[in-house]
Amino acid sequence: MSETTVSDVQRRRRRSLLWSLALILSLSMLLPTLGYVMAQTGQEVQAQAQQGFGPERATNPRSDMWRGAREGQTGFTTQTGPYVTNTMISNVGETWRQFRMGPLITYGAWLLGAALALVVLVYAVFGRIRLEHGRSGKTIERWKFYERCVHWFTAGSFVILAITGLSLLFGRSVLIPLMGREAFAAYAEIGKLVHNYLGPAFSVGLLLLILMWVRHNIPNKVDLAWFKAGGGIFLKGRHPSAGKLNGGEKVWFWLGVFVFGLIVSISGFLLNFPIFGQTRETMALAQAAHAITSLLWIGFFFGHAYIGTLGTEGALEGMTTGRVDVNWAKQHHDLWYEEQIARGARPQPAEATTAKTGAGAGTVGQPSH
Amino acid sequence: MARMKFLCDAERCIECQACVTACKSEHEVPWGVNRRRVIVMDDGLPGEKSVSVACMHCSDAPCAAVCPVDCFYTTADGIVLHDKDLCIGCGYCFYACPFGAPQYPQQSAFGVRGKMDKCTFCAGGPEPTHSEAEYVKYGANRVADGKLPLCAEMCATKALLAGDGDVVSDIYRQRVMRRGGRPQTWGWQAAYGTT
Ligand code: HEM
Ligand code: SF4
Ligand code: SF4
Repeated sequence: MSETTVSDVQRRRRRSLLWSLALILSLSMLLPTLGYVMAQTGQEVQAQAQQGFGPERATNPRSDMWRGAREGQTGFTTQTGPYVTNTMISNVGETWRQFRMGPLITYGAWLLGAALALVVLVYAVFGRIRLEHGRSGKTIERWKFYERCVHWFTAGSFVILAITGLSLLFGRSVLIPLMGREAFAAYAEIGKLVHNYLGPAFSVGLLLLILMWVRHNIPNKVDLAWFKAGGGIFLKGRHPSAGKLNGGEKVWFWLGVFVFGLIVSISGFLLNFPIFGQTRETMALAQAAHAITSLLWIGFFFGHAYIGTLGTEGALEGMTTGRVDVNWAKQHHDLWYEEQIARGARPQPAEATTAKTGAGAGTVGQPSH
Repeated sequence: MARMKFLCDAERCIECQACVTACKSEHEVPWGVNRRRVIVMDDGLPGEKSVSVACMHCSDAPCAAVCPVDCFYTTADGIVLHDKDLCIGCGYCFYACPFGAPQYPQQSAFGVRGKMDKCTFCAGGPEPTHSEAEYVKYGANRVADGKLPLCAEMCATKALLAGDGDVVSDIYRQRVMRRGGRPQTWGWQAAYGTT
């Protein structure tokens, strides 16, 4: 009995051995042919994509791929992260670098220098525009407290944004040689923080300015005459008429506050919130728009600040105390003055109002606009 | 003096991600920050090619040119490194780099990015060599030990080459001569110019 069981076991072993060998042999011959199946389906995929290898195909797929890569075509990558890009090579970077480190910095510096020189030249040639009949001793309300608040908030943040922004652009060539890398990096870190948090608040200030003052800034024929007369600065002895705001101030409003403000705010927003999937191209373009417009705006601002302070006697107090001397009003904004008087505004003695100056005191006893 | 360069041979790269994994693990690079990545072009189509991309350590590096705080420096071996203590995270080097190499730990409102991080050619950074600070900020310093970047050492097909530019181009030239076809020294024009 035991012999038969042994031979049974041996036979079964031999049979399973043979079957296994046959299976291995047949699979080893069959499996490689799967390649044909793959190639077959692959060809169908290609046919679907209309990218076959056939003679009707005009270009070599390998060269096409490299050409595409060179042109910045995107590929596929398994890596994920906010700054992972799927382009092999981006062409915008070098262009942006050439632009920023070349014309932007060079002409930007010249522009700011020229604007400053122009202001100095105007001061040297024409001097300060005096009150022709001196002070009358009586003042009239020009800017309400809330208007002055919005103006000074916007102006103050403009100056801070300009200083911190210019530090980023020119710091490497101007400040690093003076302060050294470590100190400048510490300052730039804070500067960037201030710039990026103050920026959006400044945009709100701009919006309020526009809403508040757009009604004073509608252009009219009086402005044309004002420009023809050189704004009363360049042609001595001529006193062009003006309403609440003159032609020059209206240009500052529309070109400066409105157009420049819009460009700087939109581009600043794109730079400041890199969380909407902006590409490097978008960011580089936004930076270019932001920097060019800022530089033009700062140059323009030099003129605005000069005329509002040193350039015109009696102008600054309108924006600080809210009231201007009656003679200043008659000389610079005659139509506005007449209109105010016609509306029942009563000029008040200067001393009485300066004593009361402070939060909102300037509006006491005045009819609301 | 050696001039260190990377070259990825697209005829050999099989998109296995070993270089990416080696880099991640060697330097303990955090999630979302990728010093090296493989880009597959025409995936699943004729002409499909993959290339492993990281900082190429450019000769006239655009990143270094635009940095407002001037925190980049090039080592004697031609490796482009930067000082994280100075970096303000402005993002400019990322806009300027042709290869998308600069990375940041954060992407949030008000331009908050954290310190820039990128491939160091396994050469550490400005901290004392092999110090804890160097490892935490910049990763391992293999070059100081006379070793080459781990990504290239790990590459099974030797598609990714790293080392002295002259040696790298000799190896590649021999390959092209043997197998025929046109050379494709991808990225060299942008990174190293015509030299
Ligand atoms: C309206 C709101 C504004 C926002 C949201 C804003 C935002 C930004 C951002 C995000 C940057 C990039 C650098 C960084 O991350 O710090 C920047 C740069 C800059 N900003 Fe602004 N900004 C604003 C207003 C202004 C204003 C009013 C000026 C000047 C009058 C200005 C001048 C600049 C300059 C010169 C740069 C440097 C460009 C460079 O270095 O290439 N910005 N700004
Ligand atoms: S590849 Fe990018 S990060 Fe590296 S050196 Fe060149 S520009 Fe700089
Ligand atoms: S992110 Fe850092 S390293 Fe890059 S340019 Fe800005 S400061 Fe320089």
